[in-house]
Amino acid sequence: MANPGALLEPLIPSLRRYAYALVRDHDAADDLVQDTLERALSRWYLRRDGGDLRAWLFTILRNLHINAYRRGKRQGAHVPFDMAPMPGTPATQEAALETRDALAALDQLPEEQKSLLLLVGVEDFSYEAAARVLGLPVGTVMSRLSRARQRMRTVLEMGRATLLRRVK
Amino acid sequence: MNAPPGFPAAMPIGEDELQAYVDRRLSGERLALVEAHLAAHPDLGQQVAADRRLRDALRGQLEAKANEPVPARLRIANIRAGKRARLGGSLLRIAAVVAIFVAGAGGGWYAATLQNPASTRAASTATVAQGATAAYRTFVVEVAHPVEVDARQEAHLVQWLSRRLGRPLVAPDLAKFGYRLMGGRLLPADSGQAAQFMYDDQSGKRITVYVRQAEGGNETAFRFRREGDTSSFAWIDQGFGFAVTGMAAREELLPIAEAVYRGFERVEETPAPRRN
Repeated sequence: MANPGALLEPLIPSLRRYAYALVRDHDAADDLVQDTLERALSRWYLRRDGGDLRAWLFTILRNLHINAYRRGKRQGAHVPFDMAPMPGTPATQEAALETRDALAALDQLPEEQKSLLLLVGVEDFSYEAAARVLGLPVGTVMSRLSRARQRMRTVLEMGRATLLRRVK
Repeated sequence: MNAPPGFPAAMPIGEDELQAYVDRRLSGERLALVEAHLAAHPDLGQQVAADRRLRDALRGQLEAKANEPVPARLRIANIRAGKRARLGGSLLRIAAVVAIFVAGAGGGWYAATLQNPASTRAASTATVAQGATAAYRTFVVEVAHPVEVDARQEAHLVQWLSRRLGRPLVAPDLAKFGYRLMGGRLLPADSGQAAQFMYDDQSGKRITVYVRQAEGGNETAFRFRREGDTSSFAWIDQGFGFAVTGMAAREELLPIAEAVYRGFERVEETPAPRRN
């Protein structure tokens, strides 16, 4: 079997990107990636042969993130997403506003919708691979993806409304 | 077929195709059909165009992150060196766990005959599920000490928990569901005790099997209970409450609960209770 390093290292940049989009803190994201890689290495020989290595790593990362998020929630450390301030950036064009705020809008979504949009839209996972990471049937993934995109649109519309109120 | 020009008889446009269109994963005939449909329905066309802009914007905003040089601490060689220094031979540890598993599966150890436990308040499936959920939430997020005694000492763990609960226990084998025993711990439950066995799958997802004294409780069928994102199947059997708990769908948890039920049933070495 190939050396784990040679298989894992090419995937690190995209793991860091996914982790950062989930936790939105550079150091915390790298901690999450490090935990993911440690776990993958310690289970390297338990991994199913011929399995999708990338999907496996993203699944580990996501589960670690969910566990950590739950820990934070117990300690009351997180800000509920309804309360999080919506950063508004003055912009002359709708499209420009959307572009700048896509990541901020993503922050307002529940974790599952966030992960879906990231895996499919940013990491180019097939719908089947994304379904495996989320532990959902592929049909469910399609309808949840549709709902997640609708939610993104709604959040941005609300953001614009807030911005207009602020400008008045 | 006599479809009018421009309206070929075809499958209607699906939600999944609209998503695939947003992701630029459609081609050929279906792409042309979706484009025609969007042109004919401007409202939908605008939504889909907005979805595409957002998708591309998100990608653009995150692109720089993937282009950053990988920090030294994330180099595989450095992670492995760190692990070796901290743990010493992770492969040896895995081998040990596997060996215990094999020994356990082949040997079928049973706990010694036990004395009656101190009497406890009658418990319902609801209190069993509540206790199991609270214990799950407390320990499933634990990174450093998820279990009190780990799977390497499974025989000791099972013997110890059996003695404290006053009932022969097993750590059920859930390998066919992809779950591996991590270990277990003893917990307080009202005036008695409870045992928690924790399992994880290869992606790190955790479930627990929880057993507590429930003297006087009536035998029940499986009851499903959900609290937030945590689900449990709980039941009472022969004076003990059982729960299988996890962040998992009902359909995933049910066969595991059934396997656990059968596992404990065997250990009792008494006639199986009637189930309807």
